[in-house]
Amino acid sequence: MTPLLQVEGLSKFYGQRVGCADVSFDLYPGEVMGIVGESGSGKSTLLNCMAGHLPPDTGQVLFNTRTDGMRDTVTMSEPERRMLGRTDWAFVHQHARDGLRMNVSAGGNVGERLMAVGARHYGDIRDQAIDWLGRVEIAADRIDDRPRQFSGGMQQRLQIARNLVTGPRLVFMDEPTGGLDVSVQARLLDLLRGLVREMGLSAIIVTHDLAVVRLLADRLMVMKDGHVVETGLTDQVLDDPQHAYSQLLVSSVLQV
Amino acid sequence: MTDYNFAYLDEQTKRMIRRAILKSLAIPGYQVPFASREMPMPYGWGTGGVQVSAAVMIQEDVFKVIDQGADDTTNAVSIRRFFERTADVETTETTTDATVIQTRHRIPEEPLTADQILVYQVPIPEPLRFLEPSEVETRKMHALEDYGLMHVKLYEDISAHGAIATAYAYPVEVEGRYVMDPSPIPKFDNPKLSMPAIQIFGAGREQRIYALPPYTQVVSLDFEDYPFEATKADHPCGLCGSTDSYLDELIVDDTGGRMFMCSDTDYCGARRAKGHVGAEGTPLQENAV
Repeated sequence: MTPLLQVEGLSKFYGQRVGCADVSFDLYPGEVMGIVGESGSGKSTLLNCMAGHLPPDTGQVLFNTRTDGMRDTVTMSEPERRMLGRTDWAFVHQHARDGLRMNVSAGGNVGERLMAVGARHYGDIRDQAIDWLGRVEIAADRIDDRPRQFSGGMQQRLQIARNLVTGPRLVFMDEPTGGLDVSVQARLLDLLRGLVREMGLSAIIVTHDLAVVRLLADRLMVMKDGHVVETGLTDQVLDDPQHAYSQLLVSSVLQV
Repeated sequence: MTDYNFAYLDEQTKRMIRRAILKSLAIPGYQVPFASREMPMPYGWGTGGVQVSAAVMIQEDVFKVIDQGADDTTNAVSIRRFFERTADVETTETTTDATVIQTRHRIPEEPLTADQILVYQVPIPEPLRFLEPSEVETRKMHALEDYGLMHVKLYEDISAHGAIATAYAYPVEVEGRYVMDPSPIPKFDNPKLSMPAIQIFGAGREQRIYALPPYTQVVSLDFEDYPFEATKADHPCGLCGSTDSYLDELIVDDTGGRMFMCSDTDYCGARRAKGHVGAEGTPLQENAV
């Protein structure tokens, strides 16, 4: 089986400081990869480099495109990368307001990606928006409300609908449950787990919440000071951490 | 009069503006940055249009200015006098006699010809501005033809009002490439944007010039199930009885009485001179003061 995403020797430096250094891994179709580590460990830098938001200093991000097979998205032209960004890729931000247009209605937010790839039939766009709002448990009669009238959890669900409407194959998520209270987190995780299974999505989830990766991720990468210190199956890493930092991370989880 | 260089601006400035105009004609719909000068009028009063007019004007030109179609409003009269004083060019109110027409928010009803230039005053040249506040980002969107957002605006119109409610500054796609703001002309005028005359758009405060060469293909954006419609008030002109010109609505008394009249005063006047009379009009008196 060919991997969907192949990252090879990816590094990003901020002057003298290391953002992330020499990261390599493969991600296969349908697989969910978790990246954990403390604040400042380079998780978000790595995610942004992979998603094309930051240019990496060295390394390749190979993506298995629908038409041309494996392509390096780092050296790809900007229009092609943007096209990927609104078709095969999705990016869920930690703060919904970074990923939504706050002054555009929920329906417009969901429809934007469709219109960006050429949908020009209002009725069809609206039907798809209603369908997706339903899938993320937002009532259809909220379609013309603006996101600022939504609760935090609803905003996050709307952001997910907006990203998944074009049927992407790879979703980047940056702390998707950050800042939400636990019961809302639980429902969002349920929803994400359902969508990932149902659509056969591959996903890369950056988080510092080990419970989130325990539920969602098949594989886990632990980062410290810009370097990957441990990788493995999620249960294996969480139940039998090998690296000193992974052990510290796992033992730091508050037991209720 | 001789205290001013011809048409107010110095020759170097006019060369700079002409270079921007040539570039804008070469890339229809693309916003060319230019070093906009301070003009002796406030921003928002047509500083961009005046600079473009000054740069294209020659001594033999016949100059006309309209403001919302009218020749006799403050803005139109001031700019006309400005060029009478600084360039000593002949001015006119008759559309067919003019060679350079500076306009604010209208295209004359009378079809323009290949030997005329239409100069628009533009307040906000960027069609994506109210959707994306960052100039860096909007320029990137133009460069990459990333125009999905423009349709989001039209989508929002339909979801809120049941129809595309944008009635002026209606976005157009030029030659299948750049999305352009045709300045705040009513969408009634959009179909006229493909015409034999050269059209140049000047935005003074925003320091941008863009243009449509003759017969450029201009398409108003829309949805398949909500097609573009050029709309106007559903009345005949009260003064000249015209049924196919763009109309202004005027409140005429304190009891809600209103009348509709052509916004293009020259067009209306010419029709009345030919003897057309609307419901509320009187036959035009020659030599009336």
